Amino acid sequence: MYAVRRWAVRHARGLEMFYAGFERVLLFLEPVIRRIGYKRLERPVAWVEKKTKGFLFDCKMCGQCALSRTGMSCPMNCPKQLRNGPCGGVRPNGNCEVKPDMKCVWVEAAEGAKRMKAGSTIQIVDEPVDRRLEGSSSWLRVVWLKTEDKRKAEQEDAA
Amino acid sequence: MKFEDEPVPGFQLPILPGHSSPGRLERVLRAGRFAVTAEIAPPDSADPDDVYLRARIFDGYVDAINATDGSGAHCHMSSVGVCSLLTREGYATIMQVSCRDKNRIAMQGDILGGAAMGVANVLCLTGDGVQAGDHPEAKPVFDYDCMSLLENVRMMRDQGQFRSGRKLTATPKLFAGAAANPFVPPADFRVERLAKKIAAGAQFVQTQYCFDIEMLRAFMEQVRERGLHEKVFILVGVGPLASANAARWIRAHVPGVHIPDEIIDRLAGAQKPKLEGRKICVEMIQQIREIEGVHGVHVMAFRQEEAVAEIIDASGVLDGRIPWHPHRDTVTEEQRAVS
Repeated sequence: MYAVRRWAVRHARGLEMFYAGFERVLLFLEPVIRRIGYKRLERPVAWVEKKTKGFLFDCKMCGQCALSRTGMSCPMNCPKQLRNGPCGGVRPNGNCEVKPDMKCVWVEAAEGAKRMKAGSTIQIVDEPVDRRLEGSSSWLRVVWLKTEDKRKAEQEDAA
Repeated sequence: MKFEDEPVPGFQLPILPGHSSPGRLERVLRAGRFAVTAEIAPPDSADPDDVYLRARIFDGYVDAINATDGSGAHCHMSSVGVCSLLTREGYATIMQVSCRDKNRIAMQGDILGGAAMGVANVLCLTGDGVQAGDHPEAKPVFDYDCMSLLENVRMMRDQGQFRSGRKLTATPKLFAGAAANPFVPPADFRVERLAKKIAAGAQFVQTQYCFDIEMLRAFMEQVRERGLHEKVFILVGVGPLASANAARWIRAHVPGVHIPDEIIDRLAGAQKPKLEGRKICVEMIQQIREIEGVHGVHVMAFRQEEAVAEIIDASGVLDGRIPWHPHRDTVTEEQRAVS
């Protein structure tokens, strides 16, 4: 919902802290997730993720969440789906070129990022979207990637 | 301007150390000259002469010609097509590539094809939304954004591979460009975004129309503070407005163009608005030239392409320099054979 989405940007800092805690819990539970199986968890987790993030951010389930780098403003709500916006078509009142009644999601992103602790990550050039991940859980993917990274780092240390 | 080491004037130049393209635009900019580029109006026709005639009016006044890629989301001859015709004659082209209509597979193919035809410069654009054009019912693609496209150009040129990692057997030697719009919100993030584009591989930028010199000055101050003007060549967009009504229409309908009321009032009060529009453009160019960190101007004279020569002349920015064009030096048969 548009109003909730804009509320989320205004509370980007709080949501950032909440997510950091949530991610820590998920990472702590990783062995359990692994035992149950990522594949088996994919559907229920994706469902919960879609419901909660859908409500808060109008999440489009791209499967590669950028919210922590975009001031809690979901870039997939940009009609051009820019991962590195805003484009040059922003209206003088800060609204979208394509949808005149909608605030530009990247104008919002720039504001939200200022409120966040790790807001400067908005300055990093983001990867193009991998369209194969659409509909999948970004949470599980993050847990998987971070655990793999940690494992690799440990293996290298051991070697 | 003719370089000593060109085999046949106008055709591919040797790539100098520190340069990434065999093009004239990069040469002019790196030589520290004030560059002039102009936008060609691609025809709604399949006749090559329509392209050549439109290019010819810029002869001797521009260092490179931008071939637009469905600008304003309107359908015209493709930028690949326009560039293929112009490079045949030796014109320096800037091939615009917009993410609106093509996915990564098509765009990488076009970049290779363009470079093979002699395109030395590409301008990586996100593109206007389809709602702005004559086919608002079309599917907007936007697989990439301009940032990913820039990275991709650099990847193909410097690493010699597609995004997929598959190797190229010969790399496209390109001077990579991007757009910038300092005249729309969010003002403090615009410089940030320019820095991002440089990080993604932009070597030059061409800006949206500048009708507000104070806004440009404020932007350039931020650019200089961060030293970005030493990392990228900045060409500021300019163009003549035909009348107050035309200006109002552009302001309301063309995404991202900011025209202050003073300009519109000036046009409305003028007896010959068309001439006044050109005068404003000349003044704008002269003021832009004085700003530290600006390396050139990009003239977009929509439906007034014939005025480009006179505007550039009146502004005096070329300092007596005559950019090379195919009709300046006649190529002998021997020279052509050697190349």
